[in-house]
Amino acid sequence: MLDDRYALAHRLYPYARSADQDARGAVHHPVVIIGGGPVGMAAALDLGLKGIPALVLDDHEGVGEGSRAICFAKRTLEICDRLGCGDPMVEKGVVWNLGKVFHGEEKVFEFNLLAEGGHRRPAFINLQQPYFEKHLVDRIRAAQDAGAPIEIRGKNRVAALEPAEDGARLEVATPEGAYAITADWVLACDGAGSPTRKALGLGFTGKVFRDSFLIADVRMKADFPTERWFWFDPPFRDAGASALLHKQPDDIWRIDFQIGWDVDRETELQEDRIRARIDAMLGAGVEYELVWTSIYTFQCRRMASFRQGRVLFVGDSAHQVSPFGARGANGGLQDADNLCWKLAAVMQGEAPETLLDSYDAERGAASDENILNSTRSTDFIIPKSEQSRLFRDAVLQLSRHHDFARPFVNSGRLSQPCVYDGSGLNTADALEGGPRVTRPGAPAPDAALGNGFLLDRLGNDFVLLALGCDAPELPDLRVVSVAAPGADIAERYLGDAPRGLYLIRPDQHVVARWLEATPAEITNARDRAMGREATP
Amino acid sequence: MTLITTRNVADPDAAYELLLSAHEGLSKAESDALNARLILTLINHIGDIEVLREALHLVRDDTG
Repeated sequence: MLDDRYALAHRLYPYARSADQDARGAVHHPVVIIGGGPVGMAAALDLGLKGIPALVLDDHEGVGEGSRAICFAKRTLEICDRLGCGDPMVEKGVVWNLGKVFHGEEKVFEFNLLAEGGHRRPAFINLQQPYFEKHLVDRIRAAQDAGAPIEIRGKNRVAALEPAEDGARLEVATPEGAYAITADWVLACDGAGSPTRKALGLGFTGKVFRDSFLIADVRMKADFPTERWFWFDPPFRDAGASALLHKQPDDIWRIDFQIGWDVDRETELQEDRIRARIDAMLGAGVEYELVWTSIYTFQCRRMASFRQGRVLFVGDSAHQVSPFGARGANGGLQDADNLCWKLAAVMQGEAPETLLDSYDAERGAASDENILNSTRSTDFIIPKSEQSRLFRDAVLQLSRHHDFARPFVNSGRLSQPCVYDGSGLNTADALEGGPRVTRPGAPAPDAALGNGFLLDRLGNDFVLLALGCDAPELPDLRVVSVAAPGADIAERYLGDAPRGLYLIRPDQHVVARWLEATPAEITNARDRAMGREATP
Repeated sequence: MTLITTRNVADPDAAYELLLSAHEGLSKAESDALNARLILTLINHIGDIEVLREALHLVRDDTG
């Protein structure tokens, strides 16, 4: 019953008997995280670094094989920087900025993601998911050595979950039999097929797209540039209706073919069939090794609510998108980023439990945005009707010679962090002339600052950013002062305003900004952001 | 900007003739593709999505 569902790339946490298995009753844990994928591990790390004990239960003993998610966005890297593991990811990853879109033989246009300087991190890196996960676990090991209360248990599968008003009771299966534990809080990070969601009988509704895609990761020495190449109706017609070529580390290339809905998976996954497609694309005589292949179909769907009392759904278990736009893993990391500071504040008695409803509200809105974007991309790539194909082809035709048509081309709108407009945690914008990009609810954009970068100065807690002015004195609120803002900061944070004060949340989203503010106004904004009644 | 629903073309006959002559000699598929490119080009010219919304509303309601 504990058979592996997939082969491992790195066996990072072999099964080891825990004292809980020999305890008389069910041992209690403050937070149990179900699933040790990128989202679960990021959540464990974030909570552990805040001193909240986090227990990860994973039904495997390490990181699964296969590249799977490969595009990690700037915001994800910034979150990893905050957690202390951005560097190894960027060092290993392949940085890319240029994308080219082809229609048949012809290049329709190209785009450059690197529009703006003064950011520590690139717009995207490509990195195989196993590396991403391993860097997270390596960072957890270092945090554990420094005393962070994180525990990972491999080959521990949650077999049953009984939610209660004040927590949950879990039955956990291991190679040596089952044991029970209790928890105050449960984070279900167990993926799109979430057994937790199914066990609770919760719905997961949305759209299924009637096409399938073949992924082939191949190792080859090729001198293709480090760019994202996407073909609509590729000239190597027999290979697929669309195709993608993208570089990963270790001389691995991601190739993706749209192969139709009514395909026989087993046949299409045969090596000679896959090689026939790749040969058609690369031309005969190119030598390569097949590293990982998979066929996927996809859905865009979400749960009605990501919070079910003391059980919180995070990442793919809560919402699923098509892969166009790289919004799956990147969205999941932002979920964890949004949730962990709130959960820590609730558990430490600093905020009421209702603060967690804002996790559902904010990430629900983000998920709707991701689903909207990925659905639109999918509708462009896989036209559903004769008319939609007609317009799609018309856009591509026009785009060859006319720039105005190119913004209509949609081969994936790449992951951008959501702005939490309208969130109940925000305080009304009070910086006249301030740029839209830093309005309350927006993720704080990076900017060059001294010899470093602004985001590295913001840290892990609420912070008051004082730009070109003195900050009012407040107990327990760290201040980052920039007496003479440089060009980046002036452009991104001040706009037409002569100076400004920003209150920034632990997940680096702006919650309030002013031209000037009294200590009481700042305290009130912080109370609101913590879901507390304003201090009278 | 709102959708102009009053007479706005100085020489309607000439405009209509331009439209028809553009389609002369084209197959059904070629004509459909031309129309699609024309619509997209005019949408770009209009720019304002609200005008498009109003126009779609008008043409959808007017099938009687």
